[in-house]
Amino acid sequence: MRLEGARVEENRLLAPEHRRMVLHAPDIATSAAPGQFVHLRVHDSLHPLLRRPFSVARRDVTAGTLTLIYRVVGEGTARLADRRPGDRMDVLGPLGRGFRMLPGKIPLLVGGGVGIAPLIFLAEEARRTGRQVELLAGARTAALLVGEEDLREFGVECCPATDDGSRGYRGPVTGLVAGRLDGRAVYASGPPAMLRQVQLLAESVPAQLCIEGVMACGVGACLGCSCRTRDGGRRLVCTDGPVFDAHEVSLDG
Amino acid sequence: MADLAVNLAGIRLRNPVLAASGTFGYGREYAAVVPLDRIGGIITKGTSLEPWPGNPPPRTAETAAGMLNAIGLENPGLKHLVEVDLPWLAGQGATVVVNVVGRTVDEYAAVAEVLDGQPRVAGLELNVSCPNVDKGGMAFGVNPESTYALVRAVRRRTRHPLLVKLSPNVTDIVRIAEQARDAGADGLSAVNTLVGMAIDIERRRPVLGNVTGGLSGPAIKPMALAAVWRLARVGLPILGGGGISVWRDAVEFLLAGATAVAIGTATFVRPRAMLEIAEGLEEYLLCQGIERISDLVGAANPGARAG
Repeated sequence: MRLEGARVEENRLLAPEHRRMVLHAPDIATSAAPGQFVHLRVHDSLHPLLRRPFSVARRDVTAGTLTLIYRVVGEGTARLADRRPGDRMDVLGPLGRGFRMLPGKIPLLVGGGVGIAPLIFLAEEARRTGRQVELLAGARTAALLVGEEDLREFGVECCPATDDGSRGYRGPVTGLVAGRLDGRAVYASGPPAMLRQVQLLAESVPAQLCIEGVMACGVGACLGCSCRTRDGGRRLVCTDGPVFDAHEVSLDG
Repeated sequence: MADLAVNLAGIRLRNPVLAASGTFGYGREYAAVVPLDRIGGIITKGTSLEPWPGNPPPRTAETAAGMLNAIGLENPGLKHLVEVDLPWLAGQGATVVVNVVGRTVDEYAAVAEVLDGQPRVAGLELNVSCPNVDKGGMAFGVNPESTYALVRAVRRRTRHPLLVKLSPNVTDIVRIAEQARDAGADGLSAVNTLVGMAIDIERRRPVLGNVTGGLSGPAIKPMALAAVWRLARVGLPILGGGGISVWRDAVEFLLAGATAVAIGTATFVRPRAMLEIAEGLEEYLLCQGIERISDLVGAANPGARAG
């Protein structure tokens, strides 16, 4: 874990409400792993007060950069969207436990909306180590399928699903999962409803879910992001996760 | 060089900037970015006789210039503190104040008794905001009599310097503090969080799983400062805190009568806030030509009595 004063190199619109940010933060870029996140101080004033967590979508060790893909949903991300190339931003990371790639299984990556971000990093690492990757990506409509240009850079094509049928399969991305589980290990990231569905479908295969939590510190100190396990225990999203075994974690609120 | 060292109710601190309980775990969480031998001290997560599971999520919510928390004092219990955390903290060169929580007077007293034999503990901070299960769940610290009884019982079991962390959710905080003093407290810690809540207007229900929580952050600083100002007349040394973000805030608390300050929510926002504040205090002393930080304590407050 490092605290770096990062320089914004890029912060551009990718799709309606969706942006891509590149930060120069060499120490964090070097040590980040797929599924881990960074905790950003999006601006310097008192409101909104707390840092915001974002999954790392890509890293470039040579250039010393981190790429984030985020959706503007509230005050914090609106402030983040205002940052310009050259701005400095305080970045804490890399944080949390990422994906654990299982040997002997073809990775099946399932992403929903902006949740695809950590899966891009996972796909790139998998390709780098010579593994085959399948990636299913869902969104409300074709224009909101983000991340494809990044994926193409290292030769991964995603299989799209849209709610309105404007591209690929018509319906939730989980509709593509059922017939593809044989010999696969599932790595999923997306909204809670999607993750719950993946959890049901992937009962019989190894599966890992990257979940979101409301957090203050991001390092396990405040105990704010507590979530439940299926056996009634408690885990912290920030340090025990954000990636959990699908058979361990409970997503029931 | 300016002298930042202070003696807080018998607790010797290299500088007057401490990590507030519940915002810094047991020190490990932030140790990679905050060297524990460079801050004044760490006040541990509230520690109970047995492990406590804490409250159901969601446990935190952001509010205007602040945040609410309802963690429910989740902690791994006294045994874990003694066997795992205290030895590790000693190895880091940290000055450790243990925050003590309980549901009954006996539970608090039992924790104090075990810690009395621990030379690695520099002092105790008593969290009197816990619900008193023997008295219908009302917090010990909102009532003068139950505050007195609790502090008295703990005082009898410990020779460590004893700070009482006061709740601001009372009509007259000075009256409660006087009871703590008369029961044998060595110092006051002021203030704990204010009761607050937030409601999710889409789902039409409270945001926090526990409905209400404790408000902290810059939003509460003026109120906390006024509490310290009023408490300065009680005659006990004060650890001041509540919404301190930058060194200027810390100077205000010292001038009001605090001997040292506790930093909490600011650490979540800027993990190195305590180090920045200690550096800022030193620069302030140099610029003002003041030799010792203790010379500032209560300097703006004519009602302050030396602790």
